[in-house]
Amino acid sequence: MSVVGHSPPPFFKRGPAPLARLLFFVSLSIVLLVADLRFHTLEWARLGAATVLWPLQRFAYLPVDAGMDLGDYLASQRALKNENESLRKQQLATANLLLRQEHLDQENRRLRALLDMKERQPSEGRIAEILYAARDPFTRRVIVDKGTQAGVEAGQAVIDELGVLGQVSRTFPLTSEVTLLTDKEQAIPVEVQRSGLRAVLAGAGAGAMELRFLATNADVQPGDVLVTSGLDALYLPGLPVAKVIKIDRDNSFSFARIACEPLAGVERHGQVLILGRRTVPPLPVETTATPDKPAKGRKVKRKH
Amino acid sequence: MQPTHSSRRILLPARTWFIFLTLVLALFVNLVPLGRFAIFPDWVALVLTFWCIREPLKVSMGAAFVLGLLMDVADASVMGQHAFAYVLLAFAAGGLSRRILWFPLGQQALHVLPLLLGAQIVMVAIRLAAGGEFPGVLWFTGSFLGAVLWHPLTYLLLLPQYQPVERDHNRPI
Repeated sequence: MSVVGHSPPPFFKRGPAPLARLLFFVSLSIVLLVADLRFHTLEWARLGAATVLWPLQRFAYLPVDAGMDLGDYLASQRALKNENESLRKQQLATANLLLRQEHLDQENRRLRALLDMKERQPSEGRIAEILYAARDPFTRRVIVDKGTQAGVEAGQAVIDELGVLGQVSRTFPLTSEVTLLTDKEQAIPVEVQRSGLRAVLAGAGAGAMELRFLATNADVQPGDVLVTSGLDALYLPGLPVAKVIKIDRDNSFSFARIACEPLAGVERHGQVLILGRRTVPPLPVETTATPDKPAKGRKVKRKH
Repeated sequence: MQPTHSSRRILLPARTWFIFLTLVLALFVNLVPLGRFAIFPDWVALVLTFWCIREPLKVSMGAAFVLGLLMDVADASVMGQHAFAYVLLAFAAGGLSRRILWFPLGQQALHVLPLLLGAQIVMVAIRLAAGGEFPGVLWFTGSFLGAVLWHPLTYLLLLPQYQPVERDHNRPI
């Protein structure tokens, strides 16, 4: 196919046969897939490639950024916008406390009776902005503009002014990747605010979530608010997560099917708060069996 | 080389740096964060298919593999997902290149469509097996758009090769 007269006859320098090359590259890809999916050992390679791609990515983001800026400029007065921005930041910074107020009140009442109050975990946050949604259509992830240089670590919880948004799943020097709660692989331990019933809430894809492993006669009603139970040592207890929309109590299944919708603006853009890492007191040592450690980002099921 | 094998027009040889440049540009366009707008074609796959069909000796599975890895990182998807699909795409495009180039551009697009769709189906199969979420039927419109764009894209990417061999400054055109 090479043009006659411009390069030597290609008969002798074609390299391995196409089929041999195909087999080589396909097996290499499969090795990569298995290494990444099964053993999660390729994060260093990803970090390296991401650093190389970063300038190109930043440059590609410029037109989108400029478009957004232009829209802002045309939409509102500058001063008003700045004020609005600062107010929103302030609101977001206090959202953490405000959202947990109700839970704290309830708990306070219970604990006061017991007079056995323990010191609550104070938590600091870091405001970040969602840059864009990741292009991968098979997962629900967003990229935020704070990375390891700002002290963000994988596993930290991310909230907005309405509730829990997700969890930092991967960090790069200047950005980090947040897996949203609606992702199919994402799970979060919650409790029903009304009854205190604990369960695991998992993403169901397509912007929905479901409450898993609850018996068909469990005390859950449509409209119930689910808050974090704090059992996983990652999320602070009492942050609003989701609302129950529909319950399907079919006795032919062992578990009820409970559909929920997230309270936070999970699929929107805007500013979010990355909560600092929680330090929890070590679990008491059991004599019979050691308690299993909750893996990062995995579902944790506990009996209550 | 001709625009198609049935054409009588002889083109200039393709320059390696131009091929490289177009692939990098395609990667760049893919990096523009448009979120989960699924209907845009995968430009890297499209341009890669084009060069695999036009110049199977210069662009083939090696380039496809490297571009696939870059896309995996840029997309934050599983390492090897795009690489796997692109390598299969490059193999099929390279193998079919002699046949495809005999057809006029409209019918070439009909050959390209199953190639692009096949690459997408491979990616869906990999991700669904790994527990991902089905992206919806709308995601596949990218391939159809890519096939529709095959005709203008061919003209655009062959433009440098349409230049005359010796430029005559006395002639206006």
